Amino acid sequence: MAGTKLLMTFPVTATSHTLADYRARGGYATLARVLREMKPEDVTKEVTASGLQGRGGAAFPVGRKWQVVHLDDGQPHYLCANADEGEPGTFKDRWILENAPHLLLESMLIASYALQVRNAFVYIRGEFDLPYRRLAAAVEEAYGAGYFGERILGSDFSCDVVVYRGAGSYVCGEASALITSIEGKRGYPRNRPPRLTVRGLYQKPTVINNVESLANITGIIANGAEAFRKVGTAKAPGTRLLSVSGHVERPGVYEVESGYPFRDFLREELGGVLGGRALKAVIPGGISAKVLTAAEIEPLALDQSVFEAAGSTLGSGGMIVIAEGTCMVRLLQVMLRFYHHESCGQCTPCREGMGWMHRVIDRIVAGQGRPEDVATLYHVSRWNDGTTICGMGDAAGYATTAILDKFRDEFDYWIANGRSKHRGVLEVGNA
Amino acid sequence: MKHLVPEFERLKARFPAGFESSLVLPCLRRIQEDRGFVADSDIAGLAAYLGVPRIQIEEALSFYTQFRRKPIGRWHVQACRNVSCSMRGAERLIDHLRRRLGVAPGETTPDGRFTLSTVECLGSCGTAPVVMVNDAYHEGMTAEKIDALLAGLE
Ligand SMILES: Cc1cc2nc3c(=O)[nH]c(=O)nc-3n(C[C@H](O)[C@H](O)[C@H](O)COP(=O)(O)O)c2cc1C
Ligand code: SF4
Ligand code: FES
Repeated sequence: MAGTKLLMTFPVTATSHTLADYRARGGYATLARVLREMKPEDVTKEVTASGLQGRGGAAFPVGRKWQVVHLDDGQPHYLCANADEGEPGTFKDRWILENAPHLLLESMLIASYALQVRNAFVYIRGEFDLPYRRLAAAVEEAYGAGYFGERILGSDFSCDVVVYRGAGSYVCGEASALITSIEGKRGYPRNRPPRLTVRGLYQKPTVINNVESLANITGIIANGAEAFRKVGTAKAPGTRLLSVSGHVERPGVYEVESGYPFRDFLREELGGVLGGRALKAVIPGGISAKVLTAAEIEPLALDQSVFEAAGSTLGSGGMIVIAEGTCMVRLLQVMLRFYHHESCGQCTPCREGMGWMHRVIDRIVAGQGRPEDVATLYHVSRWNDGTTICGMGDAAGYATTAILDKFRDEFDYWIANGRSKHRGVLEVGNA
Repeated sequence: MKHLVPEFERLKARFPAGFESSLVLPCLRRIQEDRGFVADSDIAGLAAYLGVPRIQIEEALSFYTQFRRKPIGRWHVQACRNVSCSMRGAERLIDHLRRRLGVAPGETTPDGRFTLSTVECLGSCGTAPVVMVNDAYHEGMTAEKIDALLAGLE
């Protein structure tokens, strides 16, 4: 086993997602204790002391975000759980929504108390069906049991929650776009400052956290920050939910204690690379994370700080395993088609750049590549660096240059010979 | 749209006061579930009901990929083509769907039964390749499984 587990701690059965089962596991006892014994600022202090980092991609410390909200500013505050789960390769929040919706709701209630939030939201991607139904049913159960609404469990604290469904847009997972989307508009990201914790939803202070980040709150408050810090590493405490896909024997969602060796994870948990093939590369944290070659990732521990030092990130935890024999030119083509499709079009470098790179890569794959094409891809990638409103333009650029840096020979080969060095294969094993 | 107003009222009651603008997306979704697409009359009706500018509704409709302004087939077959699905056979599966249905992505079969679309990551990459048919995910798809599935859809 990949170390201690904090979230996937119970066997999934036909009823494990229900309120009755959640209560039997001790559910909502932490909320009751918080409302009875803790002050809001004590909750935030504990979360800050835990060192919990955001699990949505940027690994920003959760407590530090919460501290920006002034409890006595006389304004309404909002909390939004980010359940947009749009980063390709990522499907771990879905596990929480389907199997532990009450853990998310209890955590949101504790967070709402800490931040003095009267109205909380879950922004869930529009395509999710079962996760939505499970969450919506859990919300009804929780209201029925008096965990939401007025004067919760006899305290002075009142809180309501709305599950808000997206309608098909990758960029709406970006925090400021998510807010504009909840306002019923086009999901355009907006410039910061002001930070969302200062001016967010309808111009009011708003905290946005990823579903997995929030799901950790109940455990942190139940057992204390110190206990949380004992799990994982000093720099990246706790566990990570990793969504593993691609060329691997046993894809799926795994909870891994931070610091667990990648090599053991691949061999023991994932059953190795598909069909016993050699490992070529791994995209470790959703397609916007920089690719790592087999030699680069094999010695690493699954720890955010270690992956950052290696020039990449565990990002959203979406780990895509790539076997030897895969064509990286075609892989980049799929990625650039996606970014081009998803660019919201507000920033010229992103809007024009994604389209341009997509055209260049299509040309290479069509056998019409020109000698200067790789240089063009580099040039356009770097255009986006720091010049765009949201992180998508940057991330697409970094992801592209990492593939070019590490697999340059495949691009040169296709341009020189008009065909793939690896028969254009993305799917291995059906040769 | 009018017959949905009682439902919209219940929805509104769940939101804080002053959040009328937020109702645009949930109301559009409900209208589309009801009619199959969003018609011009729905836009005008919703703008008047919520008191939001008509342009806001039109912008939302053109921005979010799940909204439709025209009717489609009874069964909407949406195949994921992002990285993880492509690595597990989505490209072959989409070719198979094109041949099997005789239409390209974005098109509807002449009998109005199926509309084929390609979509980006559906958040189900561990069970790739994934095809969504109306609201339901079908995971770990193969040509055989998709044939069996389509055969059962009228
Ligand atoms: C283009 C783009 C898409 C994003 N999509 C998601 C997403 O689907 N889910 C998510 O939790 N965060 C996503 N993020 C990150 C959010 O902006 C934000 O950092 C995060 O939700 C904050 O929560 P955390 O601090 O708990 O991680 C995205 C960011 C960008 C730039
Ligand atoms: S970087 Fe791209 S996706 Fe982000 S706001 Fe600018 S145009 Fe939109
Ligand atoms: S790539 Fe197809 S579901 Fe994620």
